Formats: sequence, C-alpha cells, structure tokens
Amino acid sequence: MTLPSEQERKERIDRGIKIRSDSIYAMMSHRELSYLTLPRLILIVGMLMIPLVIPSMYWQRVFTISCIYALLAISFDFLAHYVGLVSLGGAFFVGTGGYLAAIANTSLGLPPWLTVPLATLVGGGLCTLLLLPCLPLRGVYFAIVSLMYPLFLARVIEALDILGGTDGIMGIDSFPNHWVEQYFIICILLLILFGARRLVNMDIGLVLRGVKDNDQAIRASGISVTFYKSVAVFIASAMGCLSGACLVHIYMWSGISQFALDFSIIPIAATVIGGGGTLVGPLLGCLILVPISELLRDFGTLRIVFYALILVAFIIFRSEGIMVYGQRKYHQFERWIKY
Amino acid sequence: MSKEPILKVSGISKSFGGIKALNDVSFDVHAGEILGIIGPNGSGKTTVVNCITGFVKKSSGHVFFRGKDISRKPPHKIADMGVTRTFQIMRPYYSLPAYKNLVVPLFSPRAKRTGGWRGGGRLGDRNTVGIDILEEIGFERDSYVPYKLAATLPTGYLKRLELARCLALKPEIIICDEIFSGLSMSEIASMVPLIERLQMDGITLIMIEHRLRELFRVTDRIMVLNFGKKLMEGHPKTVMANEAVKAAYFGSQTVQEVMDHA
Amino acid sequence: MEILIYGTINSVALALYALGFAMVYGVSRLPNFAHGALYVLSGFITWSFLNSLGLNYLISILLAMLATGLIGALIYQFVLIRVRGMEISEIMASYAIGLAILEGLRWGGFKGMTYTLPAFISGSTEIAGIPVDYQRLLVVGIGIAVVGLLWLFTRYTRIGLALRGMAQDERAAMMLGIDSDLMAVTAMGFGSMLAALAAVLLLPLGNIVVESGYNILILAIAVCIVGGLGSWMGAVLAAFLIGFAQILTVVYLGSHFQMVVALAAIILTLIIKPSGLFGRQKELEERV
Repeated sequence: MTLPSEQERKERIDRGIKIRSDSIYAMMSHRELSYLTLPRLILIVGMLMIPLVIPSMYWQRVFTISCIYALLAISFDFLAHYVGLVSLGGAFFVGTGGYLAAIANTSLGLPPWLTVPLATLVGGGLCTLLLLPCLPLRGVYFAIVSLMYPLFLARVIEALDILGGTDGIMGIDSFPNHWVEQYFIICILLLILFGARRLVNMDIGLVLRGVKDNDQAIRASGISVTFYKSVAVFIASAMGCLSGACLVHIYMWSGISQFALDFSIIPIAATVIGGGGTLVGPLLGCLILVPISELLRDFGTLRIVFYALILVAFIIFRSEGIMVYGQRKYHQFERWIKY
Repeated sequence: MSKEPILKVSGISKSFGGIKALNDVSFDVHAGEILGIIGPNGSGKTTVVNCITGFVKKSSGHVFFRGKDISRKPPHKIADMGVTRTFQIMRPYYSLPAYKNLVVPLFSPRAKRTGGWRGGGRLGDRNTVGIDILEEIGFERDSYVPYKLAATLPTGYLKRLELARCLALKPEIIICDEIFSGLSMSEIASMVPLIERLQMDGITLIMIEHRLRELFRVTDRIMVLNFGKKLMEGHPKTVMANEAVKAAYFGSQTVQEVMDHA
Repeated sequence: MEILIYGTINSVALALYALGFAMVYGVSRLPNFAHGALYVLSGFITWSFLNSLGLNYLISILLAMLATGLIGALIYQFVLIRVRGMEISEIMASYAIGLAILEGLRWGGFKGMTYTLPAFISGSTEIAGIPVDYQRLLVVGIGIAVVGLLWLFTRYTRIGLALRGMAQDERAAMMLGIDSDLMAVTAMGFGSMLAALAAVLLLPLGNIVVESGYNILILAIAVCIVGGLGSWMGAVLAAFLIGFAQILTVVYLGSHFQMVVALAAIILTLIIKPSGLFGRQKELEERV
C-alpha cells in the first residue's frame, strides 16, 4: 500500500459500467450482467443455503433469530435513513406483534399461518395509531419518545398484571417443524429486503426521502408530511410486528422481555455496523452480531459490554459501516495520484 | 377579469415572542395580475408569504382564496388548492437529480388530479413529465443539466427548480420569494421573460423582490411593507415618488417619522 | 401531610437526578444517556474508597465526585466530541457507554444487596407526627443549597457565564472567545459531578444496584422533558410536578405505578407540548 504523501491524493473513479446510471440499461456483456446480478445472487443463494450447511440445530436456531433481528434492523434502517424518523423503540413493535400473535393463538385458537399475518397487519395499524401523535416530532424528541413507548407498555403490563403479567403468555403453538420455521423466515426476510429496496427507489420512495431531507418542500408541493410519515411507520412497524409474531411462535412464549431494550439496541447496533441506508447492511450486521453474542454467552453480561464498545467504536471510527465501505470498493477504483 | 379578488388578505398579524413581524396587513390580489411586494430587510415580506401559505400560524387575520377561508389550513392543503410558493433559501432535494426533484410534486394529490403539466388527462411517466417542465422553465433538454444532482446546480438553476416545483402542481397562484436575488444580471434577464410567460398562461403571481428595476418591468402594482406594516400600495411610479417609501428605503428621515407617516 | 413531606423529598431527589442531565444538555445539546450509569458508578466508587481502601467517608465522597467528574469529562473528550452535533449518534454512543459501564459493573460482581453506603447522620425525627430520618432532611437541605449555588455559579463566575453563553447561542459564544469544546467538556464534567453528588446523597437511603441506573436515566429524562430540554429552572419545577405526581400515585394506586407516571409524563409532554414547560426550542423553530 502506498502511503499518502503530501503531494498525493486519493482518486476515486466509477467503474466503467453504465448499469449504475439511473435509468439507462446497457447490459452489453456477460461481464456487465454478472457485475450487476452476482452480488444479489450470492446473497439469495447464500441465505437459502446457510440452514443446509449448518449442522447443529442450535446454530440453525441462532441463524433464525439473526434473521428475525435482521427484519427489525431493516425496519429501523428504512425509518431512520429513508424517512428520517429515528425510532429507538424496535421493542415496541416486537412486543405488540408478539402479544397480538400470542393472544390470537391462545385465546382465539388460530394457527400460526393465520396469526402471523394478522399480528403483522393489526400490529402495524396499532403501532401506527399509537405513534401518530408523535409524528410531528423531530430528531432527539422522536427518538426519546419512541424509546419510552416499549418501557411504558412493559411497566403498564407489569403494574396492571394483565396479559399474564410478569409471567407472560405461555403455551403458544410452534411452527410445524423447524425447516418450515427457518425457510418461512428466510423467504420473508429476502422478500422484504428486496421489496424495501424497490420501494425506496419508486416515486413514493422519493417522497419519503424528501420527507427526511426537506419536509418544507414536501409541504409546499401539496403533500401531507404526516400522511407519508404514517405510511412509512406502518410499513416499518408491520415489519417489526412480523418479527415479533415469528419470535413468539419460535419461543412458544410471549412476555414483557419482548419490550426489553435488546430488541431496540441490537438492530441499531447491527445497522450502524453493517452500514445505514443500504438496507442490506443491517442484515449483514445482524448475521455478524447475533452469532458473536451467542458465542460470548458464557461471559454473561460482559458480552453486552463488548457489544456496546463495538457500537461506540463503529459510531466513532467507521460510521459508514461495512456495507457502504464494501459498495464503494465494488463500484469504484481507488488510486493515489500526484497533484 | 372578475371583480372578486382571487386572493384576499385581511388584517393578518404575526408576532414572534413580542416582536411584531406583521401588523394588520391587508391586500387583494386579482386573477391574472402580478403583485409586487417590496420593503427593506426585516419588514416582514417573507412572513407574509409564510402566513398566506400556512407555513407560519397567524396571530390573527384571515386569508381568502376564491372566497374560501384558508387561514386555518395546513400548508399542504393550501398548496393543494393551487396557492404555491418558492422559498427564498432554495429547498431542492439535494441528493436527487434535477428532474427527479419534480417527481415529488408530481406525486401530489393535486398533480394527480390535474394530470401533470399540460399533460391533459392521464399522467405520463413522472420522469418524462418532469423533464418537460424543466424544459419549459429553461433547462436545456439535450444538455446534461436536468440530469445533474441538484446539489451541483448553480443558484440560477436552483431558483428555476423552485419555480418548476410550483408549476408541477398546475398552480393558480405562485408566490415568488425573492426569485431574482443572488442571480447575475444575465440570469435575471433570462428569468424576466419566463415570469411574463407565466402571467400570459393565466397564473397569478405575487413577487417579493429587492431588485426593483426588474420587478417594475413585469408588474404594475406594488405594495410596500415597512416594520411589518403596509406603507402603501399602487403603481410603481407613484410608489417610488412617495416620501415615506423613500424614507423607508434610504433612511432620509428618522425611524420615528416614518412610523408617524405610516 | 405525609404526602407533602414525602412529595417534597421525592421532588428534591428527582431534581438532583436531573440537574446534571439538564446541565449537559443545556450547554452542549448532548442528551447524555450515560447519566444513570455515571450515577451508579459514582456510588460504587465511593463504596470502594470507603470499604476497600478504608478512607474517611467525607474524603471518599469528595474523591468519588472528582473521579466521576473526570470520567465524564474524559468520555466527552475522547468519545462524544467526535460525534458532536449528530444527535442520534450522540444518543447511541452515550447510551452504549452507559450500557458498557453498567453491565461491566454487573460483570465485575457489583450486584445483590450487599452494597450500601452509610447515612451521614443516622436517626430520625418527627415532623408533624410523621417520622422522617435525618438523611432525607439532609437531601432536601443540600438539594436546595445545590440549586441555589448553581444559580449563583451561572450568574457570577466566569465559567458559569461562559456556560450560559454557550447554552444560549453557541456560535455567538465562540465569537466572543469561548472555547466551545472546552466548555462542553467542562459541562460534562460538572454534570457528572452532579450525578455523583446525587448518588452519594441518595444512595444511603437504599442499596446500590446496577438496575437503578436505567431508572435514574428515565427519571432524569422525564424531568428534563417536562421542564423543557435545556431549561434548568424548568427542570426544578418539573421535578416537583413529577415528584408529587409519583407520591400521589404510590399512595392511591400502588408502588408499581411510580415509573409509569414518569414514562407517561415523557410521552404526554412530547405529544402535547414538545418544548416542555419552559423550553424555547419550538418557538424558534417556527421561524422558517
């Protein structure tokens, strides 16, 4: 590696493939075609293959849980980097979805393939409704209020001793078998990932990005900021509720710990590490963080310390995250040139 | 031209924590005309725009658009009715190419209703419509300019982009907040015919300006604001001959005398 | 009467929790989510000085306050200053640091009921027939004194005035030759010391437990939000509001609801009037 001297600077050049320019499709050769499709293919095939190559049930379960966290992380990334609402309350979505699925399963006797979509839609609507009054808030204020929602609900459940109180709701049906469980979650994750990427590049996605950067101009364009914020919150909270619903069916138990900070913090840490604003980054971050945290389980609470320090280090030294770094390396040449 | 004014502003006031930014300002705007609003810095011109378009809550007073009270409506509802504005400090979506900037207003309910810019009926692909509007407003279609990121565009184009955002809504009124300021003489020279053409297309314009010479070329009615109060209103010539206006601009009298005169 | 006395004590305690948080936010716009962790940390530092090193109680308290102040300042100087102005990164970084401190303490074996600080003066008295121990009276006395001293400090000393200048308009303060980074570090140091002060005053009333770090943080945020972020006097008033509300709910509904009140206060304030009772943020924002 060349060390930068004072006369040199780093130059970055886009790779000469037209495919990256916005609406011009110039697929000239297999090379260009694979340049575009290979990363996506690796992701899809890789995700589908992982359960087959992992031998132990235990690590397969860890992988499934990682995928659930990834869903949450994508929902966080979508809200934070495309709509500008930094929600520190992922646990709020998980808890709502989880409890709804649990109630639907135990009280109404619905099977998992009904409770999951039900919890997703109803939960998304419920969360949106509850967050509606907070939508005009910005920055720190929204972050704080969203952080407080799950804590509030947990304390209310504890204080009123409803929904099973501190014991939670037990005896929830599991998925038919662990292959169904795994592939169901992986497929949903991939669908949502590509769906979300598609969404943010559609016209409505441009509006949402506008809400983030420039809400005054959105208003001046005759578009209701609150409406599009609530649409985005519905999408994100539905994702969160979906993950919560899957979680209770995996653990066969729903309790206040679903409102715990873990579900708010880990997705955020994963997003920071994986690279915010890419939507794939959070997935990558979760696939790294959750297994590491499993490996460190023996160390007790030290793993949280470890976690927190990684997060701090990434925020400070590599705030762009792994994925943004990787994308840059993939799309651009870098070289040192003389002035 | 109907006798009923298209926009009627009656007695609006606004104070920011004790400072009266606007004090009982009333005026009418008739369909198809260009009204100029001038005044020294801090006289409340931009606040007038903000109050009409709902970006700032009025302390008191009413605004009527086509006889309908729009005083209490939120900004997007007012824009949806066809009263649009530009921002003095331009607010494009910096991370998007210029033509993509127009996809957002074209996505609005009003644009969907009216069918985009002269599209008539069905709305085409928003990118195409966006480029059409940009061409109308002086972005050369075949050059690279409409495809550049808004962040890299010079001020002149950003001002045009502000106008284009209004046009995408097929507006009835455009309120231009200092659309000439910060532009070079040649840029202004090419902007003036644009404004004239908008008027010919039947759009009513309110122009807040510091560049009096260019403003007087396009408008025949001027309102002068000073210290949040309406000083006077009338033909440019009579306005400029007025002693109080001269005083407000050139400070030949003390502040107190101006206030007395007003 | 009981409500009045215990409400006052609780309110002063809340004000003590929140002052440090309010100070840091007021000066450097940093929502210091490590506040609760610093509070607990200083408790354990005092305990260690007292029991492991066998120092005099007063000396260990002073040393602990200094140490906590230093730790706070160092955290700011080496970590948080790099994300200055990026609110969300600030929240996440400070929260992660707080998490690391708290869970580190838990891992280090500081858990359970064994860690207590002795009261300054033991014993109790009766006010209007209600037994109140001396430590609680001391909390009220010192709490009021601290608020008073802080008021004098920010009005009559150079550093205090500089801090207030920063709080009102950072750029203008910089133009007047105030080193904004240095002041932010100072504020963080003072804020941490205030957290430590609250800890040594209030911890003798109970055990030092890691979990309380999270609750203290929520209470501090609740007080500051209700009072208006960045307004110190608002925080003091809000402390009384929430303090009495908590005591009333404890008396009439049960102790489970104590935290529910604080959380509800945060959510309701943010929904109804985000600027809080005394905040000016919103009004300035309205000027497009």
